[in-house]
Amino acid sequence: MNTKKLPPVSEISVAILTLVIAGGVYLAAHLPKHVSLVPTTTAVVLAAALVVLNLYLLSRIPSFAWDKFMLVAKWTLLAYGIIAGTLEYIFIKDGVRGSVLALMTSALVLFAVNLPIHFGFTVARYAD
Amino acid sequence: MTHTDLAPPKSEFKIVPTKALPAVGIVFILLIVAVASNRLWALDFLHVVGGGLWTAIDLFLGFVIGPIIGTMSIPARVEFSKKFMPKMLLLMPTLVIMTLAGGWQLARHEGFILSSDKHHGWVVASMIVVGVMAIVALGYLEPANLGVLFELKKERPNGEVIAKLMKRFLYTAGLTGAMQVATLIIMTRIATI
Repeated sequence: MNTKKLPPVSEISVAILTLVIAGGVYLAAHLPKHVSLVPTTTAVVLAAALVVLNLYLLSRIPSFAWDKFMLVAKWTLLAYGIIAGTLEYIFIKDGVRGSVLALMTSALVLFAVNLPIHFGFTVARYAD
Repeated sequence: MTHTDLAPPKSEFKIVPTKALPAVGIVFILLIVAVASNRLWALDFLHVVGGGLWTAIDLFLGFVIGPIIGTMSIPARVEFSKKFMPKMLLLMPTLVIMTLAGGWQLARHEGFILSSDKHHGWVVASMIVVGVMAIVALGYLEPANLGVLFELKKERPNGEVIAKLMKRFLYTAGLTGAMQVATLIIMTRIATI
């Protein structure tokens, strides 16, 4: 088995996923009434920072199977981009606007960007 | 037994079953049409059909298929995985988006998402359960599924990697299966309040 020491990209990806989902559930549970955006904004900002950290950690890995990573990441991005786009359409159709829509959109973008990193890393780490 | 003994031979199969992609496309079109038209029957149909299949598959996989796979030999698991896992790769995300999008619109249509509504607490509970299931499925189950499929595609697949990832897949499938029991309780409560 590949025992090369790798940065905790998967663990960070799960943390990003947790933040995005928790922020989204908090907001969705309070719609359509006005609610403090601070918890969701905090979750989204933290998630964005962790995505940047993950990309940095990835870029520092020497001799990584980038071909496998990119193969998985591009198709995952397409698939989950379509899913995120569908959810975005539903929010817009439901009349979500302004800062709530901006937050939801940011959360969906992070969701769609994080999963390709996570899936691509999982496959590439076991590549010879 | 060495890792080489465990390693199954490389074989040809498709990681993504492309023949099924048109069916996935049709489901997405139906979903968009149902949301755009806001027709109660269409939203209810997508939510009930998608949710019923999602729940049943998770329960069946977690409590019936999973334990059976756990007792199989490595070559038998590999043979099963090559045929089973590519289908799951397309089927589950499609059922999940169909259920969640249909369910959200249905709850909105019926006013269940309003905090003053008597169903609201149960709807929020379902969001939390689905959120946890999404973290488990997307954080652990789906990557393990992909990892196994790519390992099987190698010239010399590593049996230890396959066994490790399959174990993760089966444990997380059992966990989401158990959480589906909570979904069943919540959904039957919503329907009967």
